[in-house]
Amino acid sequence: MSTSSLAAQMKQGLDAPICLTWELTYACNLQCVHCLSSSGTRDPRELTTEQAKAVLDELRDLQVFYINIGGGEPMVRRDFFELLEHAEHCNIGVKFSTNGAFITPENARRLAAMNYLDIQISLDGANRATNDRVRGEGSYDIALRAMDNLRDASFGRFKISVVMTRENVSQLDEFKALADSYGAQLRITRLRPAGRGADTWNELHPTAAQQRVIYDWLMHHGEDVLTGDSFFHLNAFGDALPGLNLCGAGRVVCLIDPLGDVYACPFVIHDEFKAGSVLEDGGFTHVWKSSDLFTSLREPESPGACASCGSYDACQGGCMAAKFFTGLPLDGPDPECVSGHGEHALSSAGAAPRPSMDHSKPVRLTVKARRSPVLVTHHSGGSPS
Amino acid sequence: MTLTLDSACELHPDVALRPEPFGALAYHYGNRRLIFLKHPDVVAVVRDAANHRSLREVLVENGIAESRWPSFISALTSLAQSEVIRVH
Repeated sequence: MSTSSLAAQMKQGLDAPICLTWELTYACNLQCVHCLSSSGTRDPRELTTEQAKAVLDELRDLQVFYINIGGGEPMVRRDFFELLEHAEHCNIGVKFSTNGAFITPENARRLAAMNYLDIQISLDGANRATNDRVRGEGSYDIALRAMDNLRDASFGRFKISVVMTRENVSQLDEFKALADSYGAQLRITRLRPAGRGADTWNELHPTAAQQRVIYDWLMHHGEDVLTGDSFFHLNAFGDALPGLNLCGAGRVVCLIDPLGDVYACPFVIHDEFKAGSVLEDGGFTHVWKSSDLFTSLREPESPGACASCGSYDACQGGCMAAKFFTGLPLDGPDPECVSGHGEHALSSAGAAPRPSMDHSKPVRLTVKARRSPVLVTHHSGGSPS
Repeated sequence: MTLTLDSACELHPDVALRPEPFGALAYHYGNRRLIFLKHPDVVAVVRDAANHRSLREVLVENGIAESRWPSFISALTSLAQSEVIRVH
């Protein structure tokens, strides 16, 4: 069977997700300006320990081999290690994303002793200034201290996860060198205009010239650098990047949010892409197999406005979430379409939808610009809408 | 490593298989790799391999036409390199 027909099968959905992201909490010690889930404060409706364990049991029965845990900062949860241990008991591998604040020497040793565990430290600048502008003051030192602690505890090959922005594309080689110096693996992903990222995307998303730099750099480094398959829109430049190269939302990918709500992917926490809840009758399994939203996402999609473009087979029209949160039609070009169709579409796009929930702390955040400060405003405080 | 019709194989003990419409997903808990088994016949052969003394016997028992054996040996060699199966 050829790879393309495998991709065709994937588009019709799998019996269970390959890549399931589970945001454990909306609470976070940081307030990154591009946070996909607008995290900050805990939501009182978040799943209890027992509810979360029941979800893990269900994922075990579905043979979901591994999950990606995030947040918020997942280590904020008091039952974090209890849930990790339960996942391990269920033979579910865990990769969790963290800013590193709670990876003390003691916790690093505890993590190093566990099986089926991967850790992804978020870092969005190869130096303190670049990183802290986006992730907040002190966050660079926090991340590097966590990495030191993991190395000293002989954790093994952890990952450094970088969201590519206009300010750090030029640091790709430095990120790689940093990862190599820790014996870590570099992972780079695409900036999405989701959550607070919707407010900062315009000033942070890579320029057209930088998109080309990312593509060339990835082609050069191949499978040694992870991407979460997030750059398939760049395939219109030429040969395909490694990976599945399709939008996996609701087909091979989904998100469980801290409340147990199931969304099509981690980048579309919005009512329009909510498929159901793990707390409903039938649980996650029913949502995955039978929800109206996921069923519709598995039907053949129309290339729409991209039909006449010769690159559609390569780029697949790009990312659904990027289109949605920039006000573009879902059956048209990606806002970062490498042929420039996105920029054209953006100039006549309607109002972009606002995220349905916001758990940001009730403060005003600023991106500390090198030249002039740019305000990032928040409309609501910690209360979910 | 190249397998032959005389090789005796088994599913690697660190690997779990999950049936899917196209065949199966294989997950290796040791190296954390996910591998696609892209045909139900390959899945049947991989699952049954440990019960036989040679791959030839596995292919015969699973009704795989002889004309397909070279492509099966090649696919199984690649699965052995990914540690989805191993020689026993």
